[in-house]
Amino acid sequence: MRKVYLDHSATTPVRSEVAQVVTEYYTNIFGNPSSVHSFGREARKGIENAREQVANLINGKPEEIIFTSGGTEADNMAIIGSALANKNKGKHIITTAIEHHAVLDSCKYLEKEGFKVTYLPVDSEGMIDLETLKANITEETILITIMHVNNEVGTILPIKEVGAIAKERGILFHVDAVQSYGKLPIDVNEMNIDMLSASGHKIYGVKGVGCLYLRRGVKLHPIMFGGAQERKRRPGTENVPGIVGFGLASELAGQEMEMENQRLTVLRDKLITGILENIPCTQLNGHRTQRLPGNVNISFEFIEGESLLLMLDLKGIAASSGSACTSGSLDPSHVLMAMGLCHEIAHGSLRLTLGRDNTEEDIDYVLEVLPEIVERLRAMSPLYNNRDKHRNHREECSICTLRK
Amino acid sequence: MYTEKVMDHFTNPRNVGEIENAKGIGEIGNAKCGDIMRIYLDVEDNIIKDIKFKTFGCGAAIATSSVTTEMVKGKTIEEALKLTNKAVAEELGGLPPAKMHCSNLAADALHKAIEDYMNKNAL
Ligand SMILES: Cc1ncc(COP(=O)(O)O)c(C=O)c1O
Ligand code: FES
Repeated sequence: MRKVYLDHSATTPVRSEVAQVVTEYYTNIFGNPSSVHSFGREARKGIENAREQVANLINGKPEEIIFTSGGTEADNMAIIGSALANKNKGKHIITTAIEHHAVLDSCKYLEKEGFKVTYLPVDSEGMIDLETLKANITEETILITIMHVNNEVGTILPIKEVGAIAKERGILFHVDAVQSYGKLPIDVNEMNIDMLSASGHKIYGVKGVGCLYLRRGVKLHPIMFGGAQERKRRPGTENVPGIVGFGLASELAGQEMEMENQRLTVLRDKLITGILENIPCTQLNGHRTQRLPGNVNISFEFIEGESLLLMLDLKGIAASSGSACTSGSLDPSHVLMAMGLCHEIAHGSLRLTLGRDNTEEDIDYVLEVLPEIVERLRAMSPLYNNRDKHRNHREECSICTLRK
Repeated sequence: MYTEKVMDHFTNPRNVGEIENAKGIGEIGNAKCGDIMRIYLDVEDNIIKDIKFKTFGCGAAIATSSVTTEMVKGKTIEEALKLTNKAVAEELGGLPPAKMHCSNLAADALHKAIEDYMNKNAL
């Protein structure tokens, strides 16, 4: 059976160049980078080289890169660390309603510690409004944390504009760039970014490694204690193989970005158009143009996402969904709900995220099998028959759930 | 995540559809995740002669609907009323803990359909 992996926003395969160098650093260059001997020095060289590769991709300085165990740790360090370090200046943080849980739950923690957090609303395409952002800034605001690309719907947020506002008001600006790092151009200086989180496993590196970009002079209260690694900001013996692989993956991503984005945009648009034109009662979630090249997120009315994923899996296609039934929490995706989608539309959402290994044949295959699957599930759905009656019901419910 | 039996009922659901002029219809919406299940009954001489379902829900919801219809087809009303969610889950070889609530859906919809039948026939 044909296997088609369309879940690159969840994780990516490790590319062969990276796998090779990672293996080398697991076996031959295995020293502890803190050791004085040649084994240690060799490992240290690998880390410092990776630091340069990462810094180059975002126009930062190598000494501004702190390697972490991934995006989640970088988000926690940046948000909790900078809030605690600046709590004497104020206790207000601004973020958005559609952040990843690594950001949202860090903010929730700070709320328990007495901070006030504003969750900016988004419109139906997942976009924030800059005027609303400005209106919410107070004397107490010490941190703005906003993601670059949303992981579910792929909307690209206006980070550069937010950076300019933050700079003008003298507020720290953190960006969760886990879904954009290595995929979209980022310049921490031009965008006035003080802190930025990135992750290795989204760009064909290994899992469990990432980094925080921390602008020189920005203070962080430590959230981990121990050795002197990463200038004491992230104690613990470094994940050398992971870091070296992350460095190489970053450099290669930078080299291939433009070409790869052109290719993915064509495939993405073919997939979106193919679905919307051939399957009735479907809608695109997220922004039509301000969208990550590899992201497709579509809702299929009258069916539920998990059963759709199971059916696709039986055909060898790997995807994900924002349905309540797949979330584990029994609530549909907070991102789709924040965009004002009706509960049932969020329920029938399907996310397909493309990557390096996908070809036009993959897209053709999905477009070939998907209509049958949707038809089969709809035939089973009690919502499908009295479609017109249901339509009215839907309008009502979308009004009532809109930005609640 | 799901047992082979769940996947079997999910991929080849038994008794999908509707019954025209059904003797009893039961619909249940899942308060937890927002899913919906509807069961149609045809009853003759106190025996469930035919039963069909339509479900908007996850793999577990579809499989429990399917196995429920299979378990009560040909049974008496009294026997069908005794069907529990637990029996449905057991018949499927178990469900993941997060999916146990889906099995309530099927048994509840069935009981509601029987209630509807009894009301219509003043039983
Ligand atoms: C936007 C965003 N932030 C943070 C993370 C967490 O990254 P990691 O898996 O490296 O901890 C993810 C990964 O799913 C993400 O998509
Ligand atoms: S029906 Fe929603 S989780 Fe099973």
